[in-house]
Amino acid sequence: MRHHIIVRVSTRILVAFILLFALYVQFHGDFGPGGGFQAGVIFGAGCILYGLVFGVDALRVVIPDAIVRSIAALGVLLFAGVGVVAILAGGNFLDYSVLGQTPTAGQHLGIILIELGVGMTVASVVILLYYAFTNR
Amino acid sequence: MIAQSLQVGAHLPALQVVVPLLAAPVCALIQRPRVAWATALAVSVLALLMSSALLERTLVAGPISYALGGWAAPWGIEYRVDTVNAFVLLIVSLISTLVLPFARDSVEQEVRADRIGLFYTAWMLCLTGLLGIAITGDAFNVFVFLEISSLSSYVLISLGSERRALVAAFRYLVMGTVGATFILIGVGLLYTMTGTLNMMDLAERIGAVEDTRAVKVAFVFLTVGIAIKMALFPLHAWLPNAYTYAPSAVTAFLAGSATKVAVYVWLRFFFTVFGADYAIESMSMMLLMLPLALSGIVIASLVAVFQNDAKRLLAYSSVAQIGYMALGIGLFSTTGLTAAIVHLFNHAIIKTVLFMALGCILLRTGSVRIASLAGIGRRMPWTMAAFVFGAMSLVGVPLTVGFISKWYLLLAALEFGWWPVAALVVATSLLAAVYCGRVVEAAYFRDPQPGSIQAHAREAPLTMLVPVWILIAANIYLGIDTDLTVDVARRAAVILIGAVP
Repeated sequence: MRHHIIVRVSTRILVAFILLFALYVQFHGDFGPGGGFQAGVIFGAGCILYGLVFGVDALRVVIPDAIVRSIAALGVLLFAGVGVVAILAGGNFLDYSVLGQTPTAGQHLGIILIELGVGMTVASVVILLYYAFTNR
Repeated sequence: MIAQSLQVGAHLPALQVVVPLLAAPVCALIQRPRVAWATALAVSVLALLMSSALLERTLVAGPISYALGGWAAPWGIEYRVDTVNAFVLLIVSLISTLVLPFARDSVEQEVRADRIGLFYTAWMLCLTGLLGIAITGDAFNVFVFLEISSLSSYVLISLGSERRALVAAFRYLVMGTVGATFILIGVGLLYTMTGTLNMMDLAERIGAVEDTRAVKVAFVFLTVGIAIKMALFPLHAWLPNAYTYAPSAVTAFLAGSATKVAVYVWLRFFFTVFGADYAIESMSMMLLMLPLALSGIVIASLVAVFQNDAKRLLAYSSVAQIGYMALGIGLFSTTGLTAAIVHLFNHAIIKTVLFMALGCILLRTGSVRIASLAGIGRRMPWTMAAFVFGAMSLVGVPLTVGFISKWYLLLAALEFGWWPVAALVVATSLLAAVYCGRVVEAAYFRDPQPGSIQAHAREAPLTMLVPVWILIAANIYLGIDTDLTVDVARRAAVILIGAVP
């Protein structure tokens, strides 16, 4: 891809917007269409685009394997952890209503945290898949 | 403090699944083999304690319902524990807890060191999935947990030391995905016809639409999909290779839990959701189940006789044993169901111990081909003695659990006056004696090649022998004192049939 100057320049510009859009889909998910799964895939796709154009090694410098793996695990931990915190706060597993001052605030907080966990895991797994295929 | 413990008690159904789920990413983060193993073992013991507490409660106080996220039953996901699935939970967590101590040395030898952390991650996910399938009262949730357990078991199988493990895992993946998709289609059809996914709610609403073609098709898809997952003959083709090439500990774990859980799902859909009358009268299930079960028993046993690899031999034997369970279910009587559920437990502890004994031999000699087992009985007396006891239990020698299973199966067949079926059950037990006998004969009555590994093999380490012998003790104790298994199984059967005959 070294000689494709148009691709390189436009990728450089696009990647930032793709990642930003992923964050928008992530955190605006409880008001509009979106959520952790979609956001994770978009984020992962942005990273893969960077890797495709500038080489997988360049991407590995930005996000090393070990870190992606940890984020994938931490996402699951965050999801299940929110559920356990709900139990500790006196509700049922994943009952967000007990997480905040009011049930509404609790539901808001709960769903944002859960979706963050989903987003983290999905994005890292998408990137890990890319790493796994390029390793062969 | 008392209030605290009561609170934990109320959340047991959720914690039963959530604790292994939390352990999975923790194992992935730890990565260090021994620490990941210790975490997995601790969590598995915890899961065993929880499932025994749940079983005790259901026996005393009846079904427990737990609303996930605080959403009430028909709308939210409900975890519903009665004696049937509490028993299955106990089987799964018991097998995992007994195989994990054995797994440490076995896995360190068979799996690459940098993958062991991930190995236990997959193990915990598989445990989560299997427990989840058993505990949930929501038809779609069954599919979700089924996928969790299946995907992680593909990973576990592919970590086997031979490259053929990859092909075996891929084949299982293709078959397993077909099965899971069928189940999803079945659940989807039920949802369109009734508008609900909760099993109890489905059971109430299905009556109004049960003669429609959509519900019949849903029944067929669910039956076939689950039959693939439980490796019912002739949909068993994925099983022998998967069991043969998986790491020993994985084979022992999956043989004792994965197919058992699939049998449970079958029971749940046949009896709780559709109802036994519907299965027998509208769908003529007896006509389908009995020939499949009987031919599975006979053919798989015969094929097992001619295997050269002891692990593959036991894998075909598993297919035959699934046939016994299907036979018990196919009779659609309380005794038949009791036999099937008892055999669910008994076969789990029989087959797990047999695969574990082979795992011990694999650790010391690197091969379980029958030809290379020559003389191993003298070098590894404790391991082979355990194998002999396990084999006797598999055959159904009195005073072992295998005898109890066969006994109730015979009673169930004779209730209908089906002497040929009873005779077939006895005859195939003799086939089991033949194929197990081949291994035993090689191990005790043939001389090892001088200078080979087998001639200098040492006995397996205690960490592996102790769980093996605990299971053998269970095989004998529960073969004499049947209060725990048969009583629980009968109560479970009565719950499923819905009325005392």
